[in-house]
Amino acid sequence: MATQISYDDVEVGTELPSQQLPVRRVDLVRYAGASGDFNVIHWNARVARSVGLPDVIAHGMFTMALAARVVTDWAGDPGAVVDYGVRFTRPVPVPDDDEGATVEVAAVVAVLLEDRRVRVDLTVTSAGQTVLGRARAVVQLS
Amino acid sequence: MPIDAAHAGRTYPPTAPYLVGVEKIREFATAIGDPNPAYRDAGVARALGHPDVIAPPTFPFVLSFAASRQIVADPELGIDYGRVVHGEQRFVASRPVRAGDLLTTTVSIDSIRSAGGHDMLTTRSEVATTEGEHVVTAFSTLVVRGPESGA
Repeated sequence: MATQISYDDVEVGTELPSQQLPVRRVDLVRYAGASGDFNVIHWNARVARSVGLPDVIAHGMFTMALAARVVTDWAGDPGAVVDYGVRFTRPVPVPDDDEGATVEVAAVVAVLLEDRRVRVDLTVTSAGQTVLGRARAVVQLS
Repeated sequence: MPIDAAHAGRTYPPTAPYLVGVEKIREFATAIGDPNPAYRDAGVARALGHPDVIAPPTFPFVLSFAASRQIVADPELGIDYGRVVHGEQRFVASRPVRAGDLLTTTVSIDSIRSAGGHDMLTTRSEVATTEGEHVVTAFSTLVVRGPESGA
């Protein structure tokens, strides 16, 4: 691994640069195609509302992928993320307009582990509400 | 009717080998809006110590999702896919997926439990090369919503 961040340069509490990432309808269509997850609630508002959702919602896996960006951009080597897990606590409704929704991702080094690894805890919100819970990544630093 | 917990421990046959392509990785990286050159430029990936372009950390979902169709389609479980909600997801990797990998995915049901009218299945997808090298394990919790929850 060749991360740009060294284990020696981080401590518990080190903050990663946060990001605000857009989620528009077109992003969900593209993600459906790339991932193979064509669940109708991610692109059809009529069906989404018929099952009690407020609108089309983002794939949880899309939100999870967006959030990982904060960690991979920081580490420099995306292959340094050796463990990454989340709970899908709340859906991200994506309105049918040009702005869509915004996912805000903050992250902090929470634990120094053995073998120059660290656990990074992520806070992932949209419209002020947490959308991913227990979002944690283990990163192999150099 | 709750899913019979006796099905926990069931393992399905490995999927047919999946050849990870450079363009598939690029397509996936573009779909998640990530311009990282390690997903597109073999020279950049090699400078980081990888033999070829690597895939994003959540890319293995493409493989585990496809393999999990065996669970959803299993008549003995009788899952109504329209009621399935993704509860949790985790990837534990030995190394990143990379272009040129020939991968099979073996999916198992680790546990089944019922709570609050819902069924919770935890699944484990072991992704390995056809030569037997472990690449990544994907853990998913699928929540099958009960009929009284609407929808």
